[in-house]
Amino acid sequence: MSVKKITGEVYLKWYEDMLFWRKFEDKAAALYIQQKIRGFLHLYNGQEAILAGSLLAMNPGDKMITAYRNHVQPIGMGVDPRRVMAELMGKDTGTSHGKGGSMHIFSKEHHFYGGHGIVGGQIPLGAGLAFADKYLENPNVTLTYMGDGAVRQGAFHETLNLAAMWQLPVVFIIENNGYAMGTSVERSANHGDIWKLGLGYNIPCGPVEGMNPVNVYKGVQEAVDRARSGGGPSLLEIKTYRYKGHSMSDAQHYRTKDEVAEYQKIDPITQVKDVILKKKYASSAELEEIDARVKVKVNECVEFGEESPFPDASSLYKHIYDQENYPFIKE
Amino acid sequence: MRTIQFREAIAEAMSEEMRLDPNIFLCGEEVAEYNGAYKASKGMLDEFGPKRVLDTPISELGFSGISIGAAMNGLRPIVEFMTFNFSLVAIDQIINNAAKMKQMSGGQFNIPIVFRGPTASAGQLGATHSQAFESWFANTPGLKVVIPSNPYDAKGLLKSAIRDNDPVIFMESEQMYGDKMEVPEEEYLIPIGKADVKRVGTDVTIVSFGKIIKVAYEAADILAEEGISCEIIDLRTVRPIDYDTVIESVKKTNRLVMLEEAWPLGNISTEITYMVQKRAFDYLDAPIIRVCSADTPMAYAPTLVEEYLPNAQRLIEAIKSVSYAK
Ligand SMILES: Cc1ncc(C[n+]2csc(CCOP(=O)(O)OP(=O)(O)O)c2C)c(N)n1
Ligand SMILES: [Mg+2]
Repeated sequence: MSVKKITGEVYLKWYEDMLFWRKFEDKAAALYIQQKIRGFLHLYNGQEAILAGSLLAMNPGDKMITAYRNHVQPIGMGVDPRRVMAELMGKDTGTSHGKGGSMHIFSKEHHFYGGHGIVGGQIPLGAGLAFADKYLENPNVTLTYMGDGAVRQGAFHETLNLAAMWQLPVVFIIENNGYAMGTSVERSANHGDIWKLGLGYNIPCGPVEGMNPVNVYKGVQEAVDRARSGGGPSLLEIKTYRYKGHSMSDAQHYRTKDEVAEYQKIDPITQVKDVILKKKYASSAELEEIDARVKVKVNECVEFGEESPFPDASSLYKHIYDQENYPFIKE
Repeated sequence: MRTIQFREAIAEAMSEEMRLDPNIFLCGEEVAEYNGAYKASKGMLDEFGPKRVLDTPISELGFSGISIGAAMNGLRPIVEFMTFNFSLVAIDQIINNAAKMKQMSGGQFNIPIVFRGPTASAGQLGATHSQAFESWFANTPGLKVVIPSNPYDAKGLLKSAIRDNDPVIFMESEQMYGDKMEVPEEEYLIPIGKADVKRVGTDVTIVSFGKIIKVAYEAADILAEEGISCEIIDLRTVRPIDYDTVIESVKKTNRLVMLEEAWPLGNISTEITYMVQKRAFDYLDAPIIRVCSADTPMAYAPTLVEEYLPNAQRLIEAIKSVSYAK
């Protein structure tokens, strides 16, 4: 296994990235309240260590696909965050020209394959990306993310079997944040060890602690290496927590404030910050500089989004067929 | 008379029927402890308990199929889809099992089941969460498809749907759950398959159904001031379709505009248009026009939502066009 050393540099990158993702989401929530973002808005707050740890385990050609809680993953993969914010605001400069909205961020250039709104719908697609890489003999691995709720879909089970049979270079990552909307994991199955679902398909599987990026990194790196070396798929259940409601209108009666506070005690950003200070990778003053930089960057995203135009009405008919002049029915 | 919300009308219809028949149960995502994603089953877990009001995991295919099986064995399930967009992962069970069982078994099995939940758009929700599937289900023999446009109709129609011995698709809207209306406390039923003339008029017939009919009211109000009198027919059921009520109206007004939220190709408007030209060709003074959603997936940006959906202005243009008015 090609374990990378978790240097001070890595920690500092994690700190800045995760803080940026957190603040980006907070800003999106604020824009939602101002009605500059509409529809649904699913925030990643609390789950950042999963993305941070995963990115370190990925090679440049590797791919990522996930569900609708998907604003910051493309940013981690290299997409200009201003374009993501513009997409959330429905602007023409957004990643999908304002057509996708908050649930559908895509970037072919940065190997980010969405952004999917039907629970479980992305799982076969992730295996399909891996199928093509294997077919084309590309040495890439696809990381396919899903929520704890998504494993109750038939798509998950059918895909696991196929991926195992065909030994596809895919890593299935369940982000178990405890809840699918208001339904806790305990209330959606008669056991809580989601990772065990891999056993029936003879897929290497296991639980991973997900509030610390180091733990995530180790778990993901092992699975990525296995996939890249021809060992086929793995299934990881990464245990995490979502701080915010499911989307923006969620009274959260299904959990207590204490429960949220318990997880905030092991907040991934705080954990990373503590290591940085303890190991003296940076001083408090230097971290404050990062904080300030993050703030500026987030504000740039908002400015960019606000200044950008909405797509022209006529573009509704663009990007549907590859065929030019497709004869749409127009009354 | 008391005034209640659409969501309360739905909960009342289900609760009243469940009090009468212990074999009715309700299942779906978030229907029990959360009281329904849109609170359309509020209080039902408390009243009927977890045996009869069941939360499910996100397993639409599984709980739809299990409910159909339960219907084959004597129960009368109500299945809630959080929205009908998610019924697509269960559509095989609905089309191949629920709709066909009676016929395949030579009449041995009734499937008394209701699949209910919101259909069509609800703001800027993007391509996968805005789809109007009424005509998809209506295309399938073996199903009945009901789509009320107000709380009063919703309650009476849902009670009929629950009592019906055949599978009924019952379609609501996220944007209607908060609508308020006077609804009697006494029991009433509205028959499936009967259209309702929501407004009587003389010049143009508008046929519509579901929440989009509000656009027709808006347009009719504006046109009334200009001296054009619109008759508005609410189909309420799109399988079977009450053609007679439509034809009767067209024979009076000689003009027809269809208003529907679905995509244009092969939708309910197409079907109505066919039947009207067949049965009332000589009564038409102008070609029939339909106002539907664009022939594209829904998109997120507000400018594109505006371009996509039917609106009063487009409907007014259509009505003026069939009226040869400026
Ligand atoms: C097939 C389908 N059913 C229902 C929904 C509505 N829905 C959206 S998100 C969600 C909960 C998913 O929870 P989970 O998979 O744990 O992901 P999380 O939101 O926690 O990230 C539900 C039920 C949907 N989008 N698709
Ligand atoms: Mg979850």
